[in-house]
Amino acid sequence: MEKYKMHILICGGTGCRASASEAIQNNLQDALKAKGLEEEVQVVMTGCFGFCEKGPIVKILPDNTFYIEVKPEDAEEIIEEHIIKGRKVMRLLYTDPEKKEVVSDSKHMGFYKKQIRIALRNCGFINPENINEYIATDGYAALGKCLTEMTPQAVIDEIKESGLRGRGGGGFPTGLKWEFASKNEADQKYVVCNADEGDPGAFMDRSILEGDPHSVLEAMAICGYTMGADKGLIYIRAEYPLAIERLKVAIKQAREYGLLGKDIMGSGFNFDVEMRYGAGAFVCGEETALIHSMEGLRGEPTVKPPFPAESGYNGKPTNVNNVETFANVPVIINKGAKWFKKIGTEKSTGTKVFALAGKINNVGLIEVPMGTTLREVIYEIGGGIKDGKKFKAVQTGGPSGGCLTEKHLDTPIDFDNLLAVGSMMGSGGMIVMDEDDCMVSVAKFYLDFTVEESCGKCTPCRVGNKRLYELLDKITEGKGTKEDLDLLRNLSTVIKDTSLCGLGQTSPNPVLSTIENFYDEYIAHVEEHKCPSGQCKALMQYVIDPELCVGCTLCARNCPVDCIAGDRKEAHIIDTAKCIKCGACMEKCKFNAISIQ
Amino acid sequence: MAKVKSLADLKKIKEELHAKMDLREKSNDPDAQVQIKVGMATCGIASGAKEVMEFLIEATAKRGINSIVTQTGCMGYCYAEPTIEVTMPGKEPVVFGDVDLKKADEVIEKYIKQGELVDGIIPVNYKTIDNN
Repeated sequence: MEKYKMHILICGGTGCRASASEAIQNNLQDALKAKGLEEEVQVVMTGCFGFCEKGPIVKILPDNTFYIEVKPEDAEEIIEEHIIKGRKVMRLLYTDPEKKEVVSDSKHMGFYKKQIRIALRNCGFINPENINEYIATDGYAALGKCLTEMTPQAVIDEIKESGLRGRGGGGFPTGLKWEFASKNEADQKYVVCNADEGDPGAFMDRSILEGDPHSVLEAMAICGYTMGADKGLIYIRAEYPLAIERLKVAIKQAREYGLLGKDIMGSGFNFDVEMRYGAGAFVCGEETALIHSMEGLRGEPTVKPPFPAESGYNGKPTNVNNVETFANVPVIINKGAKWFKKIGTEKSTGTKVFALAGKINNVGLIEVPMGTTLREVIYEIGGGIKDGKKFKAVQTGGPSGGCLTEKHLDTPIDFDNLLAVGSMMGSGGMIVMDEDDCMVSVAKFYLDFTVEESCGKCTPCRVGNKRLYELLDKITEGKGTKEDLDLLRNLSTVIKDTSLCGLGQTSPNPVLSTIENFYDEYIAHVEEHKCPSGQCKALMQYVIDPELCVGCTLCARNCPVDCIAGDRKEAHIIDTAKCIKCGACMEKCKFNAISIQ
Repeated sequence: MAKVKSLADLKKIKEELHAKMDLREKSNDPDAQVQIKVGMATCGIASGAKEVMEFLIEATAKRGINSIVTQTGCMGYCYAEPTIEVTMPGKEPVVFGDVDLKKADEVIEKYIKQGELVDGIIPVNYKTIDNN
């Protein structure tokens, strides 16, 4: 085997690949070859490093140098300077935005300092398309331990003891779920992995599957062992082509190694995994809808009970877990429930992966211990609000969650705390908003999404959400009244109380939480007909300050609808009834005389 | 590759692959390792730095020392090549000059293992700006 002195890791997540990380890899390899170094330096494409804001990321080991925003044409310089001459390429290093210091080692970067990586342990560390690298980092050791040293019940007890809760949003104790499925006798049982990640802006599960597919396969096999299932199914949306590709490679390799298939490690236990593709419907994240979709039926939820553990896929006992939940399992088996319980809070153990997005400096994928506060996540890891603007709200839990404000910033994040303040953990989307975001429009955005995604089975969800959307639309048009706010509240409560599945039960959350936390802003919309953040087009008015206007006529000449009147050298006036609010006048004015009110 | 037929097989594969991944695992926590930099500019290589580096990588691994051996550019002590810089965890770096294989062995045995200074230390005569 070759003995490499240095490793170059390149991010192969979807984000970095979109910014040409494959070309970087090729150029690096070519440059190494040209210098005759291909035997000494190994180039590896890994999963997501998480710091997507600054991608593509290239990391050089063993000195742990972290290069950001690398371009394919930088490859030669990296090889020439860093690999051959041992000098770091300064212009590609990360600069701490606050201290203005160059940081070359990711360990010292604010973004990574507070993170503990369990589910993402191998993302950005191993080559996901090479089973050997997974095995070298304790891969399949947990499965081996379960099959040879533990009874199914002992495995279930260990998971129960660890306190692991479902990472897909519900937060149901995983060990308990496995126990239910194991107790139901049947000739055939199924393990299902829910990879139907649907929250707008969320990409935790995708990144795990792209960066460490074997961890999910291993955990599914462990789950199969506990409940007596020999078949695993991964339900994944077809719009994740790279994750699908890497899963296929992983399944093939695991079969070749005999880690999937018949008589795994001589234990007599059989397990194999197949893929099922979804069309990307949000409701199919709900387990009964997901199962129906896999059966080839419409993706609609059904009443529970019967729970899938009793009668799931093809009427057989089925256990459904989310990708991130599975990714935690091998670590718990390897390191023990006691170790896992030490991380996080009492009722929410372990870590949680979040997809940090919105008006934040360090957009990316992070994994923090439960109990970390929103402030730590937003300001220390996220690096604060973009362009020095003011923080306004953070949305957690996607379309099912709520908007939290400044007063919630010191709330430790866990399943129960977020529910208590009117939001939820959800699958881990976290969208940060600044002073320029209008909260009514934000609520409208999410309702637009749920209206689109409602499967239409229950009337309150199908019709109610549409009415909620219309009310919000009316308010952003400036036609709302104070009574509409009461109507919004009542209707929201009805939808929550009478919908069958999680989609309808949570879809009014963005409305309720914004009314609760940003009541003033709603009042400004319905009483003064103004949008305080200037986002609602219908409520904006362009006005000319007569003191500042010198009468140059530039605005009038540029107005596409000729709604600006005034003589030369005299203050102009905008006819607000005719104005289409295009903003052309404000752009052209050289005297800053035009403003939005 | 052969099938994994038992837990022992899996462990065997893991052992075989360990050396390959070892470098990556260590890099997660470079401050806790002995860091050795070998000057590998033209002058260093001409004086045998390549062999010294290979020796250091193999010898530290064999003798169970957690270390990261990297190459660096010319340190400016061309009169004393090959030069190596050794940083023990939590200590200031020390530069040794005229390091041949014998000297490298001595540095490992005396300085790295026992903390004793050996002949050939080059006093620090400049500061670097890369102070991370």
